[in-house]
Amino acid sequence: MSVATEAVSPWRGPHATMVIGTALMAAALAIAPLVGIYPVFLMKALCFALFACAFNLLLGFGGLLSFGHAMFLGTAGYVCAYAAKVWGFPPELAIATGTAAAAVLGAVVGALAIRRQGIYFAMITLAVAQMMYFFYLQTPFTHGEDGIQAVPRGHLFGIIDLSQPLAIYYTVLTIFIAAFLLIYRIIHSPFGQVLKAIRENEPRAISLGYDADRYKLLAFVLSATLAGLAGATKAIVFQLASLTDVHWSMSGEVVLMTLLGGMGTIFGPVVGAFVIAGLENYLAGFGEWVTIITGAIFVVCVLAFRRGIVGEIAAWWARRTA
Amino acid sequence: MQALFGQLLIGLINGAFYAMLSLGLAVIFGLLNIINFTHGAQYMMGAFCAWFLLNKAGVGYWWALLLAPIAVGAIGMLIERTMLARLYKLDHLYGLLLTFGLALIIQGLFRNEFGSSGLPYQIPSELTGGMNLGFMFLPIYRGWVIVASLVVCFSTWYVIERTKLGSYLRAATENPALVQAFGVNVPRMITLTFGFGVGLAALAGVMAAPIYQVNPLMGADMIIVVFAVVVIGGMGSIMGAILTGFGLGVVEGLTKYFYPEASNTVIFVVMVIVLMVRPAGLFGRER
Repeated sequence: MSVATEAVSPWRGPHATMVIGTALMAAALAIAPLVGIYPVFLMKALCFALFACAFNLLLGFGGLLSFGHAMFLGTAGYVCAYAAKVWGFPPELAIATGTAAAAVLGAVVGALAIRRQGIYFAMITLAVAQMMYFFYLQTPFTHGEDGIQAVPRGHLFGIIDLSQPLAIYYTVLTIFIAAFLLIYRIIHSPFGQVLKAIRENEPRAISLGYDADRYKLLAFVLSATLAGLAGATKAIVFQLASLTDVHWSMSGEVVLMTLLGGMGTIFGPVVGAFVIAGLENYLAGFGEWVTIITGAIFVVCVLAFRRGIVGEIAAWWARRTA
Repeated sequence: MQALFGQLLIGLINGAFYAMLSLGLAVIFGLLNIINFTHGAQYMMGAFCAWFLLNKAGVGYWWALLLAPIAVGAIGMLIERTMLARLYKLDHLYGLLLTFGLALIIQGLFRNEFGSSGLPYQIPSELTGGMNLGFMFLPIYRGWVIVASLVVCFSTWYVIERTKLGSYLRAATENPALVQAFGVNVPRMITLTFGFGVGLAALAGVMAAPIYQVNPLMGADMIIVVFAVVVIGGMGSIMGAILTGFGLGVVEGLTKYFYPEASNTVIFVVMVIVLMVRPAGLFGRER
């Protein structure tokens, strides 16, 4: 969890790395479906990457470990799917509605959870998420085990037909890049700096006059909203909202993506999400081995690899250039 | 009326398991500052251990009550020595993440081997049958579970709060460095405490085996409810963990009778209310 310092020259230091990195990432992702990588896989990975980036905003920069983030992914997915299918909303409005639902839920849960810290915070978010899971299991509008199926993709802004594979792919990519840049902006805003200060030393931040709870709540709501954006987009892409997205194992998965990629790094969650999505794709036929390998990666990351992939690369680079 | 007492009984049984599990979590948390996410998996391992002993070695329920906690506790101590011990100097959240990963591995391995359908475990012959209490019919095994878990819980409370050994433990919770300076081997105490907490989970698993089926995922959802119980009670006191466990079991049972739709969620709702009124939990101290 290293804190980046602001660069003086625009072409050196972390900002330049960031600009070049984002440009490379966007270019690679824009070309990827054209060179034969399966777009559905890429879109799944992009949704997970956005989800993990949103989660990382809270854990990596706010120091708050939420073990129930699937509730925001799943809630937005359900609301978006319902809006698109039953109310006949166009995709952009359905996604916005789903995201707004996640924001509201985030405000409520956040206000509750920030009353406790550390391990309690994790347990509270997990328990509330489990409550939401049972709610979605029982309430009729989600269709229980079946989920909301055959969600129409519709026409974006009334013109772009999202049933075309490339049209939906570039839409998802645009959403992802926009949200990614927004998260970067948030982290480097004065708000983000105060958030880091609170993470490092909360009593001191309070004594300097910052209302720590308000900052933490805002970070929680932002993270929930962006996780919701990922969930709503995912519902449109896969034309499905199901219980998988609200289950605690999904909350665990996003923790793993962030941890594996490198928490507190900008690109880490993206890398982690692509690795885990690829792994799941590859191991889809091996049943329970996915769970076992997921668990093993957790153990290895915690014991020997706490900086994550991007964190290790950054540390290696820093040693080399030092 | 019969149905109400029936649900109350189920509530008390569930409460007995909540109490034993949250007690184990609280004991471990007190000394290690780690929330043991594998607790649910270890409860499941206890049940499987009893099943193995009966079906592969012909060893019955009573020996399983002794052997399963020892075996699972030993595995727990091995985990503590080889893995958890490396994390004490780091943020406590890493302990949560490590044990979460271990729980996934253990549950995945058992599911690979046994699928997700349950295996039956016979009620021991001494405890079959039931008693007519006049207002309801009490299966003897269920009565035994409630009594036995009360005995286990209160002996644990007695040992920790009233004996010399317990006073070392409580002192080490407050200030491990000072206790070590007095010549107490604190790392060994931590290992044994972890083993004891895990053993409690396995004991609960053995006791649960004849009631619920022996299932690889029997602990997975249970542990989340137990977390909520722990948040409600607050981890400050041993007695708090016991009382909240039983109390919430009863609340859940009553909900099943009066408003069954909410029976899955009532404990979480109680947690939300408690957090709004008393953030530190009913028996907790704000740290």
